[in-house]
Amino acid sequence: MADDKYDAIIVGAGPAGSACAYTLAKRGKNVLLLERGNAAGSKNVSGGRLYTYALELLEPDMYKRAPLQRKIVREQVMLLNERGSTTIDYFDPAFGEQVPQSYSVVRAELDEWFAGEAESHGATVASGVLVDGLIEESGKIVGIRSGADEMRADIVIAADGVNSLLGQKAGLFPDAAPNSVGLGVKETIDLPDNLISARFGVKDTEGAARVAIGCTDGISGGAFLYTNKGSISIGIVFNLVEAAKQKRQVQDIFQDFKMHPAIQPLIEGGTSVEYGAHLVPELGYNGIPKRLHREGFLVIGDAAKFGINTGLIIRGMDLAIVSGLAAAQAVLETNSPSQTGELYMKQLERLLLTANQRAYQNFHNIFEISRIFSAYPNLANDAMQFLFTVDGKTPKPMLSGLYGAVKRNVTLGQLASDGWKAFRSL
Amino acid sequence: MSIKKLGPEELLALDKFSVDEGQPHILVDKAICASCTPQVCLVVCPARCYRLKDGAVNFEYAGCLECGTCRIMCTEKGVTQWNYPRATFGVTFRCS
Repeated sequence: MADDKYDAIIVGAGPAGSACAYTLAKRGKNVLLLERGNAAGSKNVSGGRLYTYALELLEPDMYKRAPLQRKIVREQVMLLNERGSTTIDYFDPAFGEQVPQSYSVVRAELDEWFAGEAESHGATVASGVLVDGLIEESGKIVGIRSGADEMRADIVIAADGVNSLLGQKAGLFPDAAPNSVGLGVKETIDLPDNLISARFGVKDTEGAARVAIGCTDGISGGAFLYTNKGSISIGIVFNLVEAAKQKRQVQDIFQDFKMHPAIQPLIEGGTSVEYGAHLVPELGYNGIPKRLHREGFLVIGDAAKFGINTGLIIRGMDLAIVSGLAAAQAVLETNSPSQTGELYMKQLERLLLTANQRAYQNFHNIFEISRIFSAYPNLANDAMQFLFTVDGKTPKPMLSGLYGAVKRNVTLGQLASDGWKAFRSL
Repeated sequence: MSIKKLGPEELLALDKFSVDEGQPHILVDKAICASCTPQVCLVVCPARCYRLKDGAVNFEYAGCLECGTCRIMCTEKGVTQWNYPRATFGVTFRCS
């Protein structure tokens, strides 16, 4: 064996790659973790919220060491129309007890910490290394190429993100189809903590996560707001097929959302400090490629298109971590490289990642109901306007007023067919 | 500072870029773009790297956010090569 041969080379130091490297290094494996950015996290953008259970799977209490922002205790859903908004606000302090359910995160901090954790257990972490290709011998992947350098390992694990050029080069799957990914755009806005806490009704260590619909010019998609320490992440995820069918630049739609009369006061006085964009896997279970491995090669995280989006719950980083753990356990389980791929698939089942994905298998169909993104938010606001209006005139009977709000936005036929479609998606 | 609508240049000015001069990581075939009618890149590129200039699609890689949207969405295969920038180049996110 050559001196420079590793047990595993992991490409990409996001949550999937670092979780995998951490687990392998901790068990004494000789691991190389490569990152194309100058530091882990420097090429990454996410909403972002991390569901804590995933870190706990790696190691109990690991979340206590992580550079997390605010623990999310307030879940908000906002239905916008042009001028106003209706917000559902669910507060549960139990989300903050014992092991908190989720935290807002800033990837530049989280990913750098996570890669450092892997390093502290002996993984070699090399940033500023772009992997250009794979080395294949006798039908097996045996290493990677970066410029003129070649590095070899028993297994190459691609954690190279949603675009996964390596997964394509390995011949596992074709490039992502337009309907399989969403485009997320995001601005980070610095704002003093006391203002964030007051505006979102939380303590300084606690935070809110807000999703909003009705702000995408009718394009399938939704907006998000996450409270961090001293900043707010605000953005929109667009369905790309629908965005491409209309004429407004996605940036303009996003900036209009930011300035919406119901949104702008939340961020007023803040300073925009960064603008980012990233693709997100959109199809859930049905978007996961049929092949996630071949001999000497595994695909994990966004590269494997793991993701769950119910409109309320948006998950990616937790699934990435679980898949990184699954890959590591598969590698640890066998000395026979030809077995690793199948063991990885079994570990995905055992760690319930597959079951989580499958549970929401048909849910994505609900987003084909185009009226969710404009007519229904409008309906909700029209109904609210009726319910809260006092002007001294004889009020309409309750039922006819509410029916009027419905009728202005949808027909009963549309309501019935959308209701049926929604029911079948659940 | 108060919050305002930011234009494309203002948004990109927030970010830290190290441009690999003369080494575009994305190649676009202008002849293909010239005969393309959908021109979806103009609408979906979140960095507005694709813009109309004298009636033709013009591509600037300097402000690329490396998301991959153009590669996936280009209907006419005008994006002939899509890579990440060479190591140490491109965008560096500090607080996303």
